[in-house]
Amino acid sequence: MDATYAFLVGLVPEIAGWPAWAIVAISAGLPALILFHFMALTPLVYVYGERKIAAFMQDRLGPMRVGPYGVLQTIADAIKLLFKEAIFPRGVDRKLFVIAPLLVNVGAFLPFVVIPWGARLQPADLNVGVFYVSAISAISTVGLIMAGWASNNKYALFGAMRSAAQIVSYEIPSLLIILIPVLIVGSLSLQDLTLAQQGGLQSWFLFRYFPIMPVAFVCFFVAALAETNRAPFDIPEAESELVAGFHTEYSGFFFSLFFLAEYTEMFVVSAVTSVLFLGGYLAPHPALQQLGPLPMGWFWLWFKAWSLVFVMMWLRWTLPRSRVDQLMYIAWKVLLPIALVLVVLVGGLVLVPATANGFPWDRYVGWPLTLLLVGFLLVVMIRALQWNRRRERELPYPGGAAPAAGQVAR
Amino acid sequence: MRQWLKDVWEGFFTVLVGMRITWRHLFTRSVTLQYPSVKWPLPPKSRMRLFMKFEDCIGCGQCVRACPVACISMKTEKRPADAPPIWAASGQPIKLHVSAFDIDMSLCCYCNLCTYPCPTFCIYMTPDYEFATSNLTEHLYRFAKQDAQFLLEDPKKKAAAEAPPAAPSNPPASPAGA
Repeated sequence: MDATYAFLVGLVPEIAGWPAWAIVAISAGLPALILFHFMALTPLVYVYGERKIAAFMQDRLGPMRVGPYGVLQTIADAIKLLFKEAIFPRGVDRKLFVIAPLLVNVGAFLPFVVIPWGARLQPADLNVGVFYVSAISAISTVGLIMAGWASNNKYALFGAMRSAAQIVSYEIPSLLIILIPVLIVGSLSLQDLTLAQQGGLQSWFLFRYFPIMPVAFVCFFVAALAETNRAPFDIPEAESELVAGFHTEYSGFFFSLFFLAEYTEMFVVSAVTSVLFLGGYLAPHPALQQLGPLPMGWFWLWFKAWSLVFVMMWLRWTLPRSRVDQLMYIAWKVLLPIALVLVVLVGGLVLVPATANGFPWDRYVGWPLTLLLVGFLLVVMIRALQWNRRRERELPYPGGAAPAAGQVAR
Repeated sequence: MRQWLKDVWEGFFTVLVGMRITWRHLFTRSVTLQYPSVKWPLPPKSRMRLFMKFEDCIGCGQCVRACPVACISMKTEKRPADAPPIWAASGQPIKLHVSAFDIDMSLCCYCNLCTYPCPTFCIYMTPDYEFATSNLTEHLYRFAKQDAQFLLEDPKKKAAAEAPPAAPSNPPASPAGA
């Protein structure tokens, strides 16, 4: 709130003279309003993007009918969901049944309080930032269990139990890995964590202590993916095993709240990952931080978070769902030992007074590694296009060439 | 320990392999055809809905006899003697009045056998395959018309009269046995 207040005063100096209640209302209410609308409407874009990405990865077109290229499809879906009857089956615990999706949403929305969109563009700069995020997003587990229990349905309860086991297991490696940037910076505040990565791409935490932090990044991303209950770790709502998991009995508006929470959580987790490892709102080069008079911090955080969300979708449409025992194996026998070793290693390396940036080679790692990654992606993309051309030559469409759009074959 | 590291690396690497495959397909052209607006070209001689050009029918009934499932029903009666002579487009005089010609497409087996014996080529398959209805009786197509515009003069004689008079004196060389 202080940060918002400072930001607002920077914009309109007269606000400083307003009565205290007005200042509180505007500096707390305005960001809440903006964030709520932002997060309530972006799932529409997410769902559209996810359906399109899924379709393209499966050589389909995806939604094409509602609006140009189907862009209005999710809006139509959302309207349909909101106007559908919310059914309360006989035997549900009505109070808990209603509170559960709201609680899940609380866990998904409250982390936005500390996510920094710019040096001053942050609803509240808590000094326990990362801890607050992981603590508050664990509330949604309570909501999930509540939903499963209140549904009075065996599948819902199974799903709730699975999600509890999964989220509690994956909290441990993810918290251990959160400790690594915190060890380097010496602060839990997300603002401090971001500002410690100033100086362009090569000083992002992803490129510190070269072999260590990329491993930590991958491990944290996997743990975060599991915490959002996304594929391939979506066993709480595994539709082939449990009907729809914890939200089997939900319909209409309350079902859409679960959807909202899932997509919001995806964004939160991606944003936190980009703050911890990818420099948050900092641009890849300091020159890109400002576009004329316009600060671009919000864009960079948004861009990084969306890239990570894209990777999440990419993974979802690549990997089959993991089994429960495999899930637990990954959490306890793979991520946890790796995280422990990394924490110990970084804890030791932080003590080495090498340079201001940790290892001497850290400043030379970032750019080559990025170029390598981008080059790798480019090569893969070019080869994919060549592969497609060859494939189309070898597998012609039935009935000769594919008809162009709009052409009616007779 | 070594086996563990190997397993972890294999798990990570195989995920990357899978991601490479989906990444490839991300840039593949979609195989979806937007059906109602775009359609596949039909193969030649495709047999779809039957159609009968009533003006050309001479009422010989050969299609009715050829049909293996008896989906064509036809009623004919003699044209009155004082009625004006009419011809089919292929030149046959129409001696019978066809009072009913119904094809039940819900029975039709699309064998195309009815079209071969037709002397005037008036019954044929059309490429229209989108005639699904919610009511089976709507598949009964009635082709007989009250207001059919028949040809009132012999098209062969008309063509001969309109043909250019400069007929070639020596016909083009053709094989004797053709």
